[in-house]
Amino acid sequence: MGKLMERLTAAQFAVTAEIGPPKGVNLEETLRMADLLGPLVDAVNVTDQQSAVMRVGSLATCRLLVERGIEPVFQLTCRDRNRIALQSDLLSAAVLGVENVLCLTGDYVTLGDHPQAKPVFDLDSVSLLHAASELTLGRDLAGKTLTGAPAYFLGATVSPGAEPLEPQIQKMEMKVKAGARFFQTQAVYDTERFARFIRDTHHLGVPIMAGIVLLKSAGMARFMNSNVAGVNVPEPLIAEMDGAKSKRQKSVEIAARLINELGDICQGVHIMPIGWEQLVPDVLVAAGLREAVPT
Amino acid sequence: MYMITEQKPFEEILQSLQGATSVYLVGCGTCPAACRTGGKPEVLAIKEALLGAGLTVPGWMIIPTACDELAEQAIVAQGEPIAEADCLLVLACGLGVQNVARYSDKQVRPGLNTLFFGQRDEDGRFVELCLQCGECVLGRTAGICPRTACAKELVNGPCGGYHNGKCEVDPERPCAWMRIYDRLAAHGQADQLVTTLTIKDYRKASHPRRTVVVAQ
Ligand code: SF4
Ligand code: SF4
Repeated sequence: MGKLMERLTAAQFAVTAEIGPPKGVNLEETLRMADLLGPLVDAVNVTDQQSAVMRVGSLATCRLLVERGIEPVFQLTCRDRNRIALQSDLLSAAVLGVENVLCLTGDYVTLGDHPQAKPVFDLDSVSLLHAASELTLGRDLAGKTLTGAPAYFLGATVSPGAEPLEPQIQKMEMKVKAGARFFQTQAVYDTERFARFIRDTHHLGVPIMAGIVLLKSAGMARFMNSNVAGVNVPEPLIAEMDGAKSKRQKSVEIAARLINELGDICQGVHIMPIGWEQLVPDVLVAAGLREAVPT
Repeated sequence: MYMITEQKPFEEILQSLQGATSVYLVGCGTCPAACRTGGKPEVLAIKEALLGAGLTVPGWMIIPTACDELAEQAIVAQGEPIAEADCLLVLACGLGVQNVARYSDKQVRPGLNTLFFGQRDEDGRFVELCLQCGECVLGRTAGICPRTACAKELVNGPCGGYHNGKCEVDPERPCAWMRIYDRLAAHGQADQLVTTLTIKDYRKASHPRRTVVVAQ
């Protein structure tokens, strides 16, 4: 059993952070980030061709993390592979020592850098979770018997700020039925709204990790408010960011505060630093989750 | 119901006619006429453009419905001017072009791109409503097709990308699952948006599909 599963199933607070593989085979920077974040968190998510931009694969990068003693979360999307390739990659993950899998539908191809590509979506997040659960029972989606069944700790995503919220919750129920054992959410800034979401999903009985995206500027916050589905940065937070002399310091302060507020009502946080990985240690120290390393 | 087409760029049409000096033009009086891509005015405009490019056009016709069997008679009736031409440029959908190719031994070039089959909406736009998936789910989706109207063809409920009722893929386009949700809500069934796991069966949509639906 991995650390993430151990903590979440024991109702302990868990922390994950995300890294993205590079476009090209020089992984120096990516692994430096993994080495920085790895010791501070319970597991490191590796994105799968994030935003539909072609890069090094999530699975290969996950394996490199395993070799460095870092527990990975393999993000797997339905955009680029049909059910044969998805199930095969799931089996490969198990063979390579990767147990945590975050099952996603995936961003649409035209949002990425190969807009001409064929969008696959043979399965979706729900049917992918179902397929992975079937594999753990020793059979594939076609009902064929496996020689050796894999074990996974399956996760899924949800957008707690989506309006209306009810469709998200119904889909969450489907995901839980299909085998999701934990959730990582879209970025959360509005803690009241998130508290309502937690209340409304309490009956599902699955651990939920709140998504934390480091704010870089007031402009970024406004951009997300008008362009990113389900993300709502409240005005006072934008004003706070706007008035700050050191954006980095303010970013750390806000993230730490969010972690503390959200941490009280859910089971963990998932940090998406998008470029500001170096600040994650400070955020965790400021949130009181980790002790400062003496310099 | 219309088969929706768009005209290929004239440059591309010219390129496809390379090596030919004389071209016979075929239009279609049904869908391409409604789409204004291959009716009489469009065929005449292409004719002028071809003449302007130095080609000769020994004749042209608008087949009432290029995809049906009467196309054969139309082609036979135009035997002489067609015989003079090096090839036929057909301003019809994929069915029409293939039908003309079936009944004529001349080389055939398509002048249109076939996009989808659809219907005209209140605003006079053509919209696609059915992908012919072969396993219709409309009974569970309030009569709105998620395979056609959702960018990701999702059948197990929406992704997290809807925003103000619009799809993350294109803010101009409504999220299919929000439309389904609103209609279900109007029927007091908002809690029925996704209830059972659906796994698509692409055998039902494998090409080319053939079936006998008329009693022998
Ligand atoms: S589900 Fe949609 S694509 Fe499939 S047959 Fe019905 S309307 Fe057509
Ligand atoms: S936003 Fe709606 S229509 Fe667009 S991909 Fe997601 S579910 Fe489909």
